[in-house]
Amino acid sequence: MLLQIAWKNIWRNKVRSIVILSAIALGIFAGMFNMAFYYGMVEQRIETAIKTEASHIQIHNKEYLTDPDIRLYMSNGSEMTGCIKKLPYVKEASKRTIVNAMIASAETGSGVRIVGIDPDIEKKVTDIHQRLVTGEYLEGIRRNPIVIGEKLAEKLNVKVRSKVVITLQNVNGEMMYVSFRVAGIFKTSNTVYDESTVFVKNDDISGLLALTNDDIHEIAVLLKSNEGIDQTLADIRNKYPDRDVKTWAEILPEVGLVEESMNLSMFIFMGIILFALLFGIINTMLMAVLERRKELGMLMAVGMNKLRVFTMIMFETIMLSLSGGIVGILIGVGFTLLFSNRGIDLSTWGKAYEYMGYDTIVYPILNLDMSFQVVIMVIITGFLASLYPARKALKLNPAEAIRIDI
Amino acid sequence: MKVIDIKNVEKIYNDSEVKVHAVNGVSLTFEEGEFTAIVGPSGSGKTTLLNMLGGLDNPTSGEIIIGETNISKLKGSRLIDFRLHNIGFVFQAYNLIPVLTAKENTEFVMHMQGIKKSEREKRVKELLSSVGLGDRIDSRPAKLSGGQQQRVAVARALASKPKFILADEPTANLDSKSTANLLDIMEKLNKEENITFIFSTHDQRVVKKAHRVITLEDGKILSDEVKS
Repeated sequence: MLLQIAWKNIWRNKVRSIVILSAIALGIFAGMFNMAFYYGMVEQRIETAIKTEASHIQIHNKEYLTDPDIRLYMSNGSEMTGCIKKLPYVKEASKRTIVNAMIASAETGSGVRIVGIDPDIEKKVTDIHQRLVTGEYLEGIRRNPIVIGEKLAEKLNVKVRSKVVITLQNVNGEMMYVSFRVAGIFKTSNTVYDESTVFVKNDDISGLLALTNDDIHEIAVLLKSNEGIDQTLADIRNKYPDRDVKTWAEILPEVGLVEESMNLSMFIFMGIILFALLFGIINTMLMAVLERRKELGMLMAVGMNKLRVFTMIMFETIMLSLSGGIVGILIGVGFTLLFSNRGIDLSTWGKAYEYMGYDTIVYPILNLDMSFQVVIMVIITGFLASLYPARKALKLNPAEAIRIDI
Repeated sequence: MKVIDIKNVEKIYNDSEVKVHAVNGVSLTFEEGEFTAIVGPSGSGKTTLLNMLGGLDNPTSGEIIIGETNISKLKGSRLIDFRLHNIGFVFQAYNLIPVLTAKENTEFVMHMQGIKKSEREKRVKELLSSVGLGDRIDSRPAKLSGGQQQRVAVARALASKPKFILADEPTANLDSKSTANLLDIMEKLNKEENITFIFSTHDQRVVKKAHRVITLEDGKILSDEVKS
């Protein structure tokens, strides 16, 4: 019955309740949609990080990541990839030969990271082949094909079939100058990656570096799903204790950090919105309580104890908050679903986003866990907002309150 | 049977360092089934005495014993609980909950007492019928006249099956027809169901109906007259 009274009490002063409900709904909608937007942006960044850049797990020589010297290679590449492919969660494992080099066109030069790959296997691990804006994936060029990023192509002013010269030092310290021909140009959402990474065939680069096909610098492992990361990581570390086995979050710590801090920052944002709304709700409830002093005095006089008075005001405040919160969540869900297919185009401000590796079209993601947590936060806000008005009510002297002229 | 026994009750207010004897050494007893009016000019102590009888205020000294309980010694939730189960209130301004219907306003007190729904509904119907509102049980206070609202208040006061009903100026806001109607209903309840009513009033129509009239002046009993 207290619930029933509390609900009816909300609608005594319809205008006042609708004003605060609208404020709550708007605040929650803004928070929800922002969370969905941010969540979508980060998920897209992680997906790019895994599918394009780092895969789920990478294996290197122990010192390679701190000192990427070409002499720090692993000499049993084929045996390792063969073993890793047999692990239950593993979809594919690609071995790579990596060297830092200079690339030059007729006009200019640039420092790059050359990644030597087996294109057929690499296609199953990364999605660079799907991100080609022109040309083909190390095909169509008979000798020394190279795939470069669009940003680098612009910088070097080269097109498909243009010649570029690679200058590098092999494991014996000899300088090598080799010409390659551009087979394809790719574009990811990360312009830094596009400017600094090029792909060639493993067979073409190993010989230049005076390495065999089995001497590799990196194995990139793609899993069937994210769930298998911990298990696979442990399996590989067990099998190859003298290798450096890392997850994508460790390889790209800035992306890992964004994922880790995402939930916290979203809750801080929602917390700030709710904190601001808290004062509005307290004000509304305080007015409601002060207006009803006479009635509360009567209820206390006829035998309503303090716990019931407190519960009634608490129910009323929580229901008021929750009604606004649910409306806000529903609008937020509606907007998220609308834009989750269409996407939100940020290309006007895209340069900065691309530089940080984010897509310029963001697809907000609806997260039901998140909605549920927002509901809990709204209930807690309602509870907190009820404390001061309830305290005011409990301090009433029934004998005086019933004689107040309102 | 004695319902209330007031022994040498005093209530002193310390306003502005001046002691005000609102009630000054009053001793009274009320028997079951009384229909009593407490009268007196403003400031005579009627309201203070009624507040103390209703457990809304504690005496400075003396004892108020209701049934076998000395309520002057009860505090906090025990006093609230005592009021819920033993005392019915009818206020001057009706004080119904505007968002609830006549039925819900009456039922609410029984709900607080923990009475089962089926029993509550049966009793609410009986009570509202006995105050002549059997056909208005689903009306909200705003749809009822002042007299009808006060009759709902009487039904609400009776709902908890109290030992007695305190009615503080119950007719002050009513026209003569509604007053007569309300008094007839209360008198009928008093005669037929032996309900004890204690009124605080200025209204001569109430005084005329009362079987006993206690007159207060300056916090003391000026007269205590039982009509034959």
